Amino acid sequence: MISLIAWRNVWRNPLRSGIVGLAIAIGLVSGVFMVSLQFGILESRTRDIIQTQISHIQLHHPQYEKGGETKFILENGPQVFEALSKEPYVKSISARILIPAMLESSKGNFGVELIGVNPEEEAELTLLKDRMVAGDYFKEGRSVGIVIGRKLAEKIGVKVTDENGEDSYNFRRRLVFRFQTASNEISSLRVKVVGVYQTANSLLEEAQVFIQRKDVDHILEIPGEIHEIALITDDRKEFIEEKLTKVNALPAIAGNEGAKVETWSDIAPDIQFFAETIAASSRIIMIIILLALAFGIINTMLMAVLERTRELGMLMSVGMNKLKIFTMIMLETVFLTFIGAPIGLLTGWGLITYFGKQGIDMGVFTEGSEQFGFSSIVYPELPATSYQEIIIMVILTALLSAIYPAYKALQLNPSEAVRAI
Amino acid sequence: MNIIETRDLHKVYEGVVPVHAVNGVDLQIEEGEFTAIVGPSGSGKTTLLNIIGGLDQPSSGNILVDAIDISSLSQNQMIDFRLQNIGFVFQAYNLIPVLTAKENVEFVMLMQKRPKAEREQRTEELLQAVGLGDKINTRPNQLSGGQQQRVAVARALASKPKFVLADEPTANLDSQSTTQLLDIMADLNEKENITFVFSTHDQRVIDRAKRVITLEDGKIVSDERKN
Repeated sequence: MISLIAWRNVWRNPLRSGIVGLAIAIGLVSGVFMVSLQFGILESRTRDIIQTQISHIQLHHPQYEKGGETKFILENGPQVFEALSKEPYVKSISARILIPAMLESSKGNFGVELIGVNPEEEAELTLLKDRMVAGDYFKEGRSVGIVIGRKLAEKIGVKVTDENGEDSYNFRRRLVFRFQTASNEISSLRVKVVGVYQTANSLLEEAQVFIQRKDVDHILEIPGEIHEIALITDDRKEFIEEKLTKVNALPAIAGNEGAKVETWSDIAPDIQFFAETIAASSRIIMIIILLALAFGIINTMLMAVLERTRELGMLMSVGMNKLKIFTMIMLETVFLTFIGAPIGLLTGWGLITYFGKQGIDMGVFTEGSEQFGFSSIVYPELPATSYQEIIIMVILTALLSAIYPAYKALQLNPSEAVRAI
Repeated sequence: MNIIETRDLHKVYEGVVPVHAVNGVDLQIEEGEFTAIVGPSGSGKTTLLNIIGGLDQPSSGNILVDAIDISSLSQNQMIDFRLQNIGFVFQAYNLIPVLTAKENVEFVMLMQKRPKAEREQRTEELLQAVGLGDKINTRPNQLSGGQQQRVAVARALASKPKFVLADEPTANLDSQSTTQLLDIMADLNEKENITFVFSTHDQRVIDRAKRVITLEDGKIVSDERKN
């Protein structure tokens, strides 16, 4: 009966309850959607970094450092590569040579990372082939061919934009790379741009230049050797540690002091930090929204209690104890919250599902974000655990908001309240 | 047998000028009485009724209900005591607007944790007794003032109280409703020996009462029993 009275009390003033319900729904939709945008940005950034740069697991020589000396090759690299290629959980794999190099062009000199790859392997691992916007994805010819990013193409004059905004590419331009060999000798290589790729990350487009491994390993004085093996497994999140254990247990790697195995989160701890920051800021956003809602709920319930002073006095007079009065007010508040909360959460879920597929072009608001590796198209998403967390927060907000109005109701003196006007 | 007894009852409202609302009241009411407490405004009628009903605490003195000193009960014990022993009828009806007549009557028995079958049977009997057998599923806002007050009487009796306290029960009613209500209460008093104590200004109530206690300045100035 207490819950029946509480439920019917909520609908005594349908307009007021409706407005509060709507406010809760709108607040939750905004909160959930805002949080999902942040998660979407994080997920897209993580996916992009994994796909274009670091993959799920990487193997290097323990002393190898990005941009460092080229002599630190992966010990027994070809055998390790062979062993890993046979593992069922490895979806794609690529062996690379990594050379810090200086690119000399008529437009100036630029520091880049020359990445020696097997085109077939790389096409599967980083989808580089799918990202080509001009030219060819490597082709055999008299000159050594390279594939460069769109941004670098602009800088060195391979990409030209005319007065009408039309882009054209000049693939006749020849370039020279200078780099240090494994024996610390300075060497150079004349190359020709054969293709241009595009990513969501203009920093990468500027810095990464792809070349066929066979065209460079001899000049580097490490024929057949590799610096890096990168691989994609069948699962990035749940079982990556399990995969890491399996990789470490392979005979070619176990006891191989010349090989270090790392996961994507070891290699890019900034992503993990970014994820933690996003999770914390999402909670703060939700707390601010729920705090605002809590004040609305408290105000409405206080009004309801004050309007019903005489009725509450009567209930106390005829023998309704304090616990039941308290429970009734708490239930009313919870019911009031639950009018709006499911609508808000369902609408939020619907919007996230829709825009999660369609994507939202945030280019207008995030000009220049691509320079920092963020895509301008955001696909909102929210993990199921976040929905659970939000539901728990809403329930807590409802219960905490109910305490003060319920306390005020308990303070009433029945003999005075029953005669209140 | 005394069902209500007060001994040297005092109630002082403290303030800049303390008000002695009840001033040394000694009163005995027996089971089955139909008593009206009358007096001018400010004479202490409602305060006395509130103290007898355990809604207010006396400044000094004792109230014994069925030989139990209720002035020594804790707040929670008092709430339960009211639920089990006292029926209330208020001037402004004070029904729960979101419940039907049936639910309003049943509500008190539900708090007493009575079985469903007993609740339903008693609710129906009481609403029949107050002449509202055809309005059981009607909400208070669809009932007239007189009908609402009759539901309030049924609710007051639902808990099988030792007595019913009615504070100005006819103040908001027209004469026809007043007569109907008084007939019902007098009938219940006659047939079921239910004790009623009223505070009232209403001459029609005073005329029907079997005992009239007059208060002035918080003191009993007359106590008249009719034959």
